[in-house]
Amino acid sequence: MEFRNEMNVEFISKSQNEAFARVVVAAFVAQLDPTIEEITDIKTAVSEAVTNAIIHGYEDNMGKVQIKCSIIGNKIEIEIADKGKGISDIEVAREPLYTSKPELERSGMGFTIMESFMDSVEIVSKLHNGTTIKMYKEIKSVG
Amino acid sequence: MPLDLWIDKQTLFVKIQGELDHHTAEEIRNQIDFELDNNRVKNILFDFSGLSFMDSSGIGVLMGRYKKVTQRNGQAGIYHINPQVRRIFEISGLLRILKEFKSKEQALENM
Repeated sequence: MEFRNEMNVEFISKSQNEAFARVVVAAFVAQLDPTIEEITDIKTAVSEAVTNAIIHGYEDNMGKVQIKCSIIGNKIEIEIADKGKGISDIEVAREPLYTSKPELERSGMGFTIMESFMDSVEIVSKLHNGTTIKMYKEIKSVG
Repeated sequence: MPLDLWIDKQTLFVKIQGELDHHTAEEIRNQIDFELDNNRVKNILFDFSGLSFMDSSGIGVLMGRYKKVTQRNGQAGIYHINPQVRRIFEISGLLRILKEFKSKEQALENM
């Protein structure tokens, strides 16, 4: 039987929870005994997705951010969902250096970083209904 | 967020301890800009030896400070980047605008 495990965590869209989200996912993933580099990749990608939910999904409003994390064998799936305003054009949002908030000194590199640090990234979004980011990574160091 | 700021030879030194994300970025940005706006400073030098984590929020902070010093004909530099942060630098092209040095001494000689 393939090893399986799953966890869910939900928190409100306060920026203090960005660090919390990184740490909680890293701690869950640690059971696969990943390298420090793999852990850092995952923490960085989670940070980008959660920050997007807080800044872009909810803007100045409070809402819930949900993280669902699964381990299947040596593969990790991370789903980060908000019920915020959604993305009007996903292709544009994915482009490097594109940001809808240059006045906040956002670099527009969030999705590019998620894509470089994870094996694949899917974006599901509907205007006024929220955004779900699904990210996948295989832990290579698992024997 | 502990942040050490000091000025030497018209250069503002910024040593960030801990994590640079969206949450900590605002406080770091405000403190750096206060020093840039209220002192005779030309250049900015980041010491990243105490930085344990950075995401794309850090890119925005660094680009914004780079713009501020270049407007006053200054330069922006950095030293002691750890491997995780270096990857963010490579992806974002930050090393094309920020000069990287091996040490504080080398930076001061070349800025």
